[in-house]
Amino acid sequence: MPSPIATALDRLERTRVWRSIFRSGKGRSTLHNALVIQQSVFLHLFSVKVRKRMLSLGATWYLGTLTLATFLLLVVTGVLLMLYYHPSVPQAYTDVKDLQFVVSSGLFLRNLHRWSAHAMVFLAFAHMFRVFYRGAYRPPREFNWVVGVVLLLITLLLSYTGYLLPWDQLAYWAITVGTNISSAVPLVGDKIRFLLLGGHFVNANALLRFYVLHCVILPLSAVLFLAVHFWRIRKDGGLYVRESEPGAAEAAQTSTTEEREKP
Amino acid sequence: MPTMTTPTQTDRLETGYELDRREFFTKLGLGSLGLASAGALAFYYRYLSPSVLFEPSPIVNAGPLDRYPAGSVTLDVDSAIYLVHIAEGYFSLSAICTHLGCMTAWKPELNMIACPCHGSRFNREGQKLAGPAPKPLPWLKTWLSDDGELMVDRSVTIPQLQFLRV
Repeated sequence: MPSPIATALDRLERTRVWRSIFRSGKGRSTLHNALVIQQSVFLHLFSVKVRKRMLSLGATWYLGTLTLATFLLLVVTGVLLMLYYHPSVPQAYTDVKDLQFVVSSGLFLRNLHRWSAHAMVFLAFAHMFRVFYRGAYRPPREFNWVVGVVLLLITLLLSYTGYLLPWDQLAYWAITVGTNISSAVPLVGDKIRFLLLGGHFVNANALLRFYVLHCVILPLSAVLFLAVHFWRIRKDGGLYVRESEPGAAEAAQTSTTEEREKP
Repeated sequence: MPTMTTPTQTDRLETGYELDRREFFTKLGLGSLGLASAGALAFYYRYLSPSVLFEPSPIVNAGPLDRYPAGSVTLDVDSAIYLVHIAEGYFSLSAICTHLGCMTAWKPELNMIACPCHGSRFNREGQKLAGPAPKPLPWLKTWLSDDGELMVDRSVTIPQLQFLRV
């Protein structure tokens, strides 16, 4: 006798609405499992079949997953903070103070955003150390390492642009110093600083530019590169595990992923 | 089709032309795309450079001379300049550290200018004594207005030791 929940689920999966959304139909056959992947707009870029071992999150010591988790936390809390924050000189500082002392749960959300940001930078570095010392950057994964380096740079830029937004002394001098570093670029350094700040000093234009970079341009580029990063994991033979090393495979006299991938 | 001739190849052989029509249009298309991209780059560069800046004027009126007694170094925090009066005359220095742009401060007890950010030190003529600063503090153009007030143009640097003698 099936449980009532199973019966209800079964009935739901038979409804016309459900079947219009999930067309793969009922069943646990290989074909059905493949169709689930192939017919989902979010999953269809991935291969329909992949070895479970290759997607085991433990293979990255969960560091990649945790970095993604902090990123998602930052998106959610960041969007919520945007509802109270005005990127303007007279209001920015007081808005942050309001978030801390007036807005309900504002303190919690701001601190969550802040600690997630610190954690994301730490986890991205830890993830890269693991990939480096495990040798997981080696072919065929070398391009995904490059994508990862771009993601690290985007993470650091997100961290840096967010630093200005509280508009206090710490933020002001950090951005003064940081943009002066960019003016050390030969020939075009001063121009880069001028374009970054939208002027010669850290002022209203700089606040607005950093806000747009922090809330729109950098997160969108991060999502773009994250999509490529996750897609490449599967295309490069899954997450790196010791068994995928050619030597280990030969020793075990079993066919490895890399051999199977060869045409 | 009874006879398939390849006009492009014969044309090439006879006239020595490098391009057939397809290649010509491809190159024309790619070339105009390249031109349009260069134009777009210039367009965005211009757009991102503000045409009007709501920043304070680089020219500062530092007030009458008697505000600066002999032997004094005065920091004007708002305009980030030092006004110095020594035996040789008056001059003004930028107070922005040449290392990474922090505002320096005059330390009378040490008789030197010090930067709080990374520890650069300068003497009252702006020459570097210590720290990471790569250059001395720049001397700024200084003159007397018609009303006898000290004027400084922060956008114009002058050679060192060019005193304003009154």
